[in-house]
Amino acid sequence: MEHKNFLQEGGWKSWFVTLDHKKIGVMYLFTTLLFFAIGGIFSTLIRYELWTPEATFAKDLYNKFFTFHGAIMIFMFIIPGIPAALGNIFLPMMIGAKDVAFPRLNLGSYYIFIAGALLAASAIVFGGVDTGWTFYAPYSIKTQTAVILVTMGAFVMGFSSILTGLNFIVTTHKLRCPGMTVYKMPLFIWAIYATAIIQVLATPVIAITLLLLVMERVFQVGIFDASLGGDPILFQHFFWFYSHPAVYIMILPGMGIVSEVIAVFSRKHIFGYKAIAYSSLAIAFISFLVWGHHMFVSGQSAWANFLFSILTMLVAVPTAIKIFNWTATLYKGSIVLKTPMLYALSFIFLFTIGGLTGLFLAAVSVDVHLHDTYFVVAHFHYVMVGGTVIALFAGLHYWWPKIFGRMYSELIGRISWFFIFVGFNMTFLPMFWLGRQGMPRRYATYEPMYEGLHKLATLGSWVLNVGLILMFGGLLWSLFKGKKAGNNPWGGKTLEWHTESPPTVDNFYEIPTITEGPYEYGVKK
Amino acid sequence: MTEHVLPHHFESADQAYQSSKLGLFLFLATEILMFGGLFVAYIVNRALYPEMFREASHHLNVMMGGINTVVLICSSFTMAMAVNSTRLNKNLQAQKMLLLTLFFAACFIVIKYFEYTHKIHEGLLPGGLFKYAGTHHPKMQLYFSLYFLMTGLHGIHVFAGMCLIFWVYLKSRRGDLGESYYTPVELVGLFWHLVDLIWIYLFPLLYLIG
Repeated sequence: MEHKNFLQEGGWKSWFVTLDHKKIGVMYLFTTLLFFAIGGIFSTLIRYELWTPEATFAKDLYNKFFTFHGAIMIFMFIIPGIPAALGNIFLPMMIGAKDVAFPRLNLGSYYIFIAGALLAASAIVFGGVDTGWTFYAPYSIKTQTAVILVTMGAFVMGFSSILTGLNFIVTTHKLRCPGMTVYKMPLFIWAIYATAIIQVLATPVIAITLLLLVMERVFQVGIFDASLGGDPILFQHFFWFYSHPAVYIMILPGMGIVSEVIAVFSRKHIFGYKAIAYSSLAIAFISFLVWGHHMFVSGQSAWANFLFSILTMLVAVPTAIKIFNWTATLYKGSIVLKTPMLYALSFIFLFTIGGLTGLFLAAVSVDVHLHDTYFVVAHFHYVMVGGTVIALFAGLHYWWPKIFGRMYSELIGRISWFFIFVGFNMTFLPMFWLGRQGMPRRYATYEPMYEGLHKLATLGSWVLNVGLILMFGGLLWSLFKGKKAGNNPWGGKTLEWHTESPPTVDNFYEIPTITEGPYEYGVKK
Repeated sequence: MTEHVLPHHFESADQAYQSSKLGLFLFLATEILMFGGLFVAYIVNRALYPEMFREASHHLNVMMGGINTVVLICSSFTMAMAVNSTRLNKNLQAQKMLLLTLFFAACFIVIKYFEYTHKIHEGLLPGGLFKYAGTHHPKMQLYFSLYFLMTGLHGIHVFAGMCLIFWVYLKSRRGDLGESYYTPVELVGLFWHLVDLIWIYLFPLLYLIG
């Protein structure tokens, strides 16, 4: 009997009311990629402005550009990007479930996300925002721009993030198929689970922080306003208590994807399964204890600086455990250099740079020198783009045939990978030098001595854009013209490859029973 | 009576029940963390200005706050009774208990309303809106910022809880609930207990420091 796959089922109207986790995931995927494009346009404008030392357009317009770039990329693209899109599609499939635990809540959180995003985006029409994505008080209380719209938007999107995380935790605990013990779960699930814990426990704190900021503006409550007796530094504490763990909301799912791709394209059992799995939880745990490293120069006590510095360096341990285990997995593997693997290997390379420069910044004495310079900008772009976005691209190519039943073009995939990899490094590597020489972040103008490296970075951003346009063009083209994909084009062992491409509505014809682990390549029985 | 249909992605009613309960406990954790932000703001400011907090707390009406504490504890008791009655299939009794819970919750809101109007009348308002002239402490407005924020957010939760209790009451009247399916009333009950519990912390922290 021929079963309809999930994309064909129900016609186009069904997408708006669907409870199918895969359709919701696909909607998230296209929505977040759309925001990625919008955030990308703002970043291109930023780089265009920095082509010359003088201001190309009005400076407060530049302030609005980098605020929108940051806010859109973080709240509307990277945070929901991997968990809510790819996680939504593959979490239930990889643990052998028909759906997430609460499908209606899942659809609800999508619409909450859209509502929040529209609220925040409407600020573009109502005068913009110029606070930077961090909304630091007291400026965010005093500025005449549309802070309330964006903070309320982020507040609403936070609920979506909480509900998604809650849904994933319950799904992982309660809906695993027979035989799927915790140590037989794919590492992507461990990563998504650790992410979900942070989403659930950290996001409420940003919710109350943003709510307080709105209250400051509406009722002058004064908690963060020194002129009314409050403390602006308290805002920074509250803000980073969420926003530092949020960095791990962004990176952990990426690490999960890389664990899958490395094992499958090395045709080898993953090295140190439990070490990788538990290091995800360790990162989630430590992430709550390091927020003060954003505030080394905000007048924290030396004792607090010392503690936060040590704790921050501690994050490097579980992170390095992952990197070493991935490298060990590659050793003597039968490596297949398809596009997903190219991205996964780039991830290891770029993320290592991002991670190690993070250690520089964790050292208080060095941070005092580098704080709020381009060094920081380069560091977190290596982590967020070189890490998360590159991992997202790995996952996108890896699972594309499964989601849509079509193969992407390997040739376009590789060419666009090349442009993205070269363009990314051209854009952000010079920023380490710029920062070391003292170029401050968020400035529209700069000293002529920085011009050469700024020009190089701007050129790099164009190369990167070429790669991105090529990649998305190629992927969209493959939706219509791509070769039909088989059920298991990469020879993956995890459950999503044991069903059809694209899967049927219930994912499996019958609920599978697991007898072996997710990466049993060439293991003698 | 309409029979509850098990969603197709669950294998058993127990699995569905356990999932819902775990989900709700996670939700309660998020609530605690959200209030946690306000509690931290409270702790920081009280540590900085202990005398001011003591002086400001005298402007609160301990009697009304105390009555409200008793009222909420009673409502938690009737809520627990409603859950228990539903599990024992005594739906009529459960409905009575839910109505009683609603009554207590309404009492709480009414008393809170009188407290608020009194504060507004006196000019004991948050932050920049503070108008009260009878104090020398320059930062007393911060206490009332925290007072209104904490009790306000709690009040919103009381109101949300009332809506949920009414929804469960309607469900029970329709005959949707009983010994085989009582998840909604149990979850609403858990939520209501949290709302009660938060007040039990707010009351001494705001009213009883003098």
